[in-house]
Amino acid sequence: MAAYIAKRIGQALLVIWLAYTLVFLAVQLLPNDPVTIFLSADAAADPATIAAMKAQYGYDQPLLTQYFNQLIGLFQGDFGYSLASGQPVSERIGAVVGSTLVLASSSFITAVLFAVLLVAAATLARQSWLKRLIVNLPPLFAAIPVFWLGLVLLQVLSIQLGVMSLFPDGSFAAIGVPVLVLAIHVSAPIAQVLLKSVDNVNAQPFVDVLRAKGASPSWIFFRHTLKNAAAPAMTISGITVGTLLAGSVITETVFARSGLGQVVLQAVTAQDVALVQGLVLLTATAFVVVNLVVDLLYPLLDPRILKSGTHGAPRALAA
Amino acid sequence: MSSIAQTPKLLNIRGLDITYGTGTEAVSATRNINLELAAGEIVALVGESGSGKSTLSKAIIGLLPEVARIGGGRIELAGEDLLQYTEKQLQALRGRRIGMVPQDPGASLDPVKTIESQVAEVFRLHPQGAKRSKKQLRTEVIRLLNLVGIDRPEQRLTQYPHELSGGLKQRVLIAIAFALEPDLLIADEPTSALDVTVQQTILEVFTRLAREMGTAVIFVTHDLAVATDIADRIVVMQHGRIKEDRPVREILQNPHDPYTRMLLTEAAPTEGTADDSLATASELIPAIEVLGLHKVYGNGKTEHTAVDSVSFAVRPGTTFSLVGESGSGKSTTARIIMRLLDPTAGTVKIHGTDITTVRGAAKRELWRSLQLVYQNPDSALDPRYSVSRIISEPLENYKVGSKSERKTRVSELLDAVNLPSRLAELGSKELSGGQRQRVAIARALALGAKTLVLDEALSALDVLTQAQILTLLEDLQITQGLSYLFISHDLHVVERFSHDVGVMHQGRLVETGSAAQVFENPTSQYTQQLLDSNPGTLLRELALS
Repeated sequence: MAAYIAKRIGQALLVIWLAYTLVFLAVQLLPNDPVTIFLSADAAADPATIAAMKAQYGYDQPLLTQYFNQLIGLFQGDFGYSLASGQPVSERIGAVVGSTLVLASSSFITAVLFAVLLVAAATLARQSWLKRLIVNLPPLFAAIPVFWLGLVLLQVLSIQLGVMSLFPDGSFAAIGVPVLVLAIHVSAPIAQVLLKSVDNVNAQPFVDVLRAKGASPSWIFFRHTLKNAAAPAMTISGITVGTLLAGSVITETVFARSGLGQVVLQAVTAQDVALVQGLVLLTATAFVVVNLVVDLLYPLLDPRILKSGTHGAPRALAA
Repeated sequence: MSSIAQTPKLLNIRGLDITYGTGTEAVSATRNINLELAAGEIVALVGESGSGKSTLSKAIIGLLPEVARIGGGRIELAGEDLLQYTEKQLQALRGRRIGMVPQDPGASLDPVKTIESQVAEVFRLHPQGAKRSKKQLRTEVIRLLNLVGIDRPEQRLTQYPHELSGGLKQRVLIAIAFALEPDLLIADEPTSALDVTVQQTILEVFTRLAREMGTAVIFVTHDLAVATDIADRIVVMQHGRIKEDRPVREILQNPHDPYTRMLLTEAAPTEGTADDSLATASELIPAIEVLGLHKVYGNGKTEHTAVDSVSFAVRPGTTFSLVGESGSGKSTTARIIMRLLDPTAGTVKIHGTDITTVRGAAKRELWRSLQLVYQNPDSALDPRYSVSRIISEPLENYKVGSKSERKTRVSELLDAVNLPSRLAELGSKELSGGQRQRVAIARALALGAKTLVLDEALSALDVLTQAQILTLLEDLQITQGLSYLFISHDLHVVERFSHDVGVMHQGRLVETGSAAQVFENPTSQYTQQLLDSNPGTLLRELALS
């Protein structure tokens, strides 16, 4: 078990390092250095100012020095300085990340609950028309754009019905509606994979044995099928982190919430490369951490995972 | 018969009709089934796949798939018609009064739950009387595991199914089935996935418990030999109808129905039909020669010798059978011979050429003369390819002939394996199991292979189809001079089909010799044990008398 955890954590660190390297290289591939790009918005930037700013932000150093200085900085929580505001990147992000985290994690939990409920309803529905109806919901959810649903809900709830403020006012609706909008979108792939996985598990002989023991469909679903079918759905949940963050940015913009969405928007419009770099790294880290957690949860679901990891070779001759 | 008439019927099935699908596409699965079972009676339900025996057994326990429709009839358990029961009532019945022992122990336990929780689940589902504490449940589980002969039951409690062998898993499933001492058990081919030696002990445990608890059993099987060993009565089914339903001895000595007679002929112990006149040809170069073969997996603590100094030779134009339980190393040996695996030590010669280390082009050349026919024809054929494409694929891979020449070759091959040419454009999914195995054989012969490795090539087929494929293989051997290395755990087929036999046990070849010699005078203790486990004691006894 310890070896498994160490291996997964090692892999996670490797991925973060690779992500950093990739972002660093991508910045080098830009036609100009970050300072020149940032100042290009001004009609006539003074070459002296450019040189001074480059020296201040360390962009005049040799590439390798820049690479390692920034890497060491990362370990100390130093993501460099925003070109637009001069504030440390970590401060800019830290000020708003909490709000996004609340939105994203509430949406994620809602999405998972929603997906499980949907699949339970589809599996346990007695009427075949109801089953067909529920099964077709996830593709519909996936097809609805987050911004469209957000705008429609704003239009109906705030402007027509007046039950919700146009701007965040701390009410339940102000957080509830954005969470719902995002959760519906994120739940779609989870529900689709879980449905398929539950179908596969239900086709296995052990389910027949359970029925022959006298177990009811809901007993089988909640005590056996769900645990067996969870792994692929968890994998997909881990991957939805990307969707979740992208969706957060859109949702925040639509509902005028402060958060990473705003910062991303500002960083991109102002061509603040240092800030964008920090945001990309943050997203990569969030992605890796969530997937690490998923990896560490697998063995709790399926005892066979630890075993197959250590005895790969003999398995091949099972035929 | 009068004694049966006086005891009250436990199970009484009258005029049962079951169809699959509706409207014009409806297929009849069982027709007008009448079957009675007294308490404590063991009845074997015999027939080939598609005969309706599984449908009938599923109907009794109320687990028919949704597409099945019951057209009419009654299924009475102790006088109550189960077809009138609601799903809730059936749930209360299942596991308590009617139990099931499934076919494939490997996939029949929840892989992510412990053995203890799966056995104890029966008591949780049917809490009779006072609720039991966790400790009482555990005592009960241990008692049951002891009952089915599982060693160290306390340690098994926290284990998961993948940590147990197939035989142990089946014992756990038997423990679950007998937990609440049901009146009736449905056993659906419970030992067909197990080795002969394991099969025998499992059958012993099963019949002992059924007799002790007075549980009536419907034992579904395609293996007549197993049926005769354990049942009081045999019910033969074909095309959804009951053909014959009589006590074991009567049916064996005097079968009425022609279909029963056919099944009996195939199951009866036969002298080896393989011609031994080739024995003198031993000076010829062997088709396959294996010398001092070793295969070691893993290293250090995980080291495991799968094949241990194995040597034998397959004489040209004959069949050499490699027999043993799963894990004995016979499949590993076959894979080394096919050059799909590298041996740790030893040499393999095919038609006199040392191929132990051939690679690249030479390895491809080897597969022209040596081909494999695999166990499961369903998964060995690409479901999206047509039959003709499957057979001509090796020709295309080796760039043999023009398009029209390949077409001619395909029809020749179809002819050789007795498949009508109209099947050529069908998908492999539309064929029966036997037809698929014929296609696999045709494909193996496409490049003109003279030696075939048949890895459990008949195990997935029912008895009659097995017999047809065996006849085909024998014909091909004579007309095309083929040599076979036949890997099997089915001693009955091996005895009928082989010239020479090698018995493998724990990676070693414990005995080799001519088929007659090995089966009549086995020299090793293990071979003796294997032969004793072979089902069909009663059949052999009757054949001798």
